[in-house]
Amino acid sequence: MARMKFLCDAERCIECNGCVTACKNENEVPWGVNRRRVVTINDGVIGAEKSISVACMHCSDAPCMAVCPVDCFYRTDDGVVLHDKDLCIGCGYCFYACPFGAPQFPQAGAFGLRGKMDKCTFCAGGPEADRSEAEFKKYGRNRLAEGKLPACAEMCSTKALLGGDGDVIADIYRERVLRRGKGSEVWGWGTAYGPGKPGAQPPAGAKS
Amino acid sequence: MRRLALGAAVIATLFLAGCGESEQVVVYKQGKYQGKPDTRAWDNAPLAAEQRGGKWTQGDRASWETDIKNRQLAQHEHKRIYQ
Repeated sequence: MARMKFLCDAERCIECNGCVTACKNENEVPWGVNRRRVVTINDGVIGAEKSISVACMHCSDAPCMAVCPVDCFYRTDDGVVLHDKDLCIGCGYCFYACPFGAPQFPQAGAFGLRGKMDKCTFCAGGPEADRSEAEFKKYGRNRLAEGKLPACAEMCSTKALLGGDGDVIADIYRERVLRRGKGSEVWGWGTAYGPGKPGAQPPAGAKS
Repeated sequence: MRRLALGAAVIATLFLAGCGESEQVVVYKQGKYQGKPDTRAWDNAPLAAEQRGGKWTQGDRASWETDIKNRQLAQHEHKRIYQ
């Protein structure tokens, strides 16, 4: 069973914002709503600057789902967290609960009007007929129903941003790190990935 | 007289029925999704070949997952380029 996840490789992300642009274009996201953004730490510090592309992480135990007072969130069979905009009251609880700042609220009206929540859908649309005009207008394109992956991941020029089944993309990332010999020194590597091959020792410097 | 009383009773019933209050509040069940049901990706027919979508058997989850997995592996340049 697929559990759709994103994984961003900070060693590869070059802060080009191609993923942000791809998302905006593919889903025709309105001005002021950023379903995806690139976060940079140690900006300008030579050798220490790192960027990472962040959007909804489609948590397995999503806090937004837990706090929603109208229970408008659901998880699809392939692990994508989506919501029904017809039910959303725009209260903003999900925004406070989300550790990634994924929920976005359009503020196009007067007096600080806050609209219904909008967030990354993993390009899986929402609770409307698949690939319909209504689904596109409310939630954006449903690429999963077209047999495609999210536009941000498929457009990433350095393939820093991986999207797909958690097992598959974790395998890709692990193989990459073992091949380049850099990245496994981070804390948690041993816990997350263990040794490279069955029976092998964890890479030198790997921290559990 | 009886007819008049019966008529008055019918009219009174109709008037009172107009004052009835129907349920206007949606009853939420805690912890259960209350929105519309969603369709599943594999229940759709694949796109035409020129649109470069996946190829799977409509309604068959396993074939859709196999197809999307192949697409995921295309993100791995070591497999895409060297094999």
